[in-house]
Amino acid sequence: MTNALELNDVHVTIAGSHVLQGVTFEVPKGGVTALLGRNGVGKTTTLRAVLGLVPSTGGIRLLDHDVSGLATHRIARLGVAYVPEDRDVFAGLTVNQNLRLAEGVEKPRYDEVYALFPELKVRGKQLAGTLSGGQQQMLSIARALLNGWPLLLVDEPSKGLAPKIIGEFATVLERAAEDATVLLVEQNLGVVRRLAQRIVILDHGEVVHIGDAADLNDEKFVRRLLGVAGAA
Amino acid sequence: MSTFLSLTFSGLALGGIYFLAASGLTLIFGLMGILNFAQGLFMTLGAYAGYEIALRLPASPGAPMILILSTIGAILGGALAAGITEVLLIRPLYGRPLDQMLVTIGLDLAIVALLEGIFGSNEVAISVPLWVNGATYVGGVELPNAAFLALGAGVIVFVGLETFLRRTRYGIIIRAGVENRGMVSALGVNVGRAFTLVFVIGGAMAGLAGLLNTIAFNSDFVSPLQGDSLLIYSFIVVVIGGLGSIRGAAVAAVGIALLQLYTNYYIGSHPGWAQVGNFSVVLLLAIVLSVRPRGLFASVV
Repeated sequence: MTNALELNDVHVTIAGSHVLQGVTFEVPKGGVTALLGRNGVGKTTTLRAVLGLVPSTGGIRLLDHDVSGLATHRIARLGVAYVPEDRDVFAGLTVNQNLRLAEGVEKPRYDEVYALFPELKVRGKQLAGTLSGGQQQMLSIARALLNGWPLLLVDEPSKGLAPKIIGEFATVLERAAEDATVLLVEQNLGVVRRLAQRIVILDHGEVVHIGDAADLNDEKFVRRLLGVAGAA
Repeated sequence: MSTFLSLTFSGLALGGIYFLAASGLTLIFGLMGILNFAQGLFMTLGAYAGYEIALRLPASPGAPMILILSTIGAILGGALAAGITEVLLIRPLYGRPLDQMLVTIGLDLAIVALLEGIFGSNEVAISVPLWVNGATYVGGVELPNAAFLALGAGVIVFVGLETFLRRTRYGIIIRAGVENRGMVSALGVNVGRAFTLVFVIGGAMAGLAGLLNTIAFNSDFVSPLQGDSLLIYSFIVVVIGGLGSIRGAAVAAVGIALLQLYTNYYIGSHPGWAQVGNFSVVLLLAIVLSVRPRGLFASVV
């Protein structure tokens, strides 16, 4: 197995809108692949399609299993962890309960998770809804790292966070990528440059570029495909 | 004063029944997004299950065994009916909440018609121990014994459900699912099992509510349509309490029951005001919806 994830001509239609129009790319095993593109081009939808959270057509192979049409919980149990765009921690549950819910293996890696985020241990009995944005992101990432799954789908971990905290999360993801494959959706090009080895760029629901993270050093290229200034 | 206290006690008991009926509804809606119109049917089936069991037991006035066994029968009857409904009718329609709601309405209409065919549309009386129909006097206040049962059951179920939802893994799954079902499955948890469980719990509580309503507020009579008339109030309880909230359902159930009995007694006794109890409940619903559209305890189980 050389690829952790393969998408082949994946289409998604949501409420009559053709969001993904034949997305095809591969995520090789190990390291960080960044999924980039302007707002609304289908990055989050791609992650959700992989997890079966939105119905899709086309082929999706994940960790050597054909997961097209499979129920979300079965896909997740193959070894996929998900850090959604809006953290999606369960506000009415405590930090401990949020983590407990994520347990998917016999020996969850609590020691490692608490070593990365000591604050979560201290705040175990606090309701997740009362945590700050950064703490909620810690919890969301902790949930994803708890089982040591081989594939992490991480959606905009830096969104709405202060630069210092973003740096801390980048370090955590860097370390996570030593043992797992990470597919990262991220708008912050600084984070992408630091973490990613490969990039996949989406535009209008299609893949328009697959290449090396070094491609991001080309200012014109970045401006043309991502519509942002490259000097991040 | 003694009338007021007696009314209050009956109101708490009626609140217990409303809560039993509404707790399942609110969990089913909160977790699955389904307005379960078959909940009234589960109440009726619970009452008939109790009736059938009591019918087959040797009548010995005062023996608690009749009541215990028919209560167990009502709970199991409601749970079984709800479990079968979820697996056979609701599950094939996952992701189609409108169709799921319609199928529960259809099921309710069909089975109620079937019950009318079997038992006739007239009421049948369930046999209960004699003391159930008596009253206890505390400081000169008449407290119906059956009301103790309804109130006690309401309190026990409330504490039981709260404990279950807060302490057990399935309880946590259900609460998390009410917040964000997709994320729960993305964590590798089979939410479908929680759906069935919630239906079964809701059906069990409905069955119990149906039997206790018969005993405490319907002079021991069971009829095919009794569940549906309770269902209306249960929906109002769920909406006022906040969709998905057990605590909200408990508070709203007691509030609505008290309001209904007070207005019925103090205003409804005047000529031409007989329906004021029901009207006051609907008025309360309108007021709560305009002030807090998401109910008193918005969607935190």
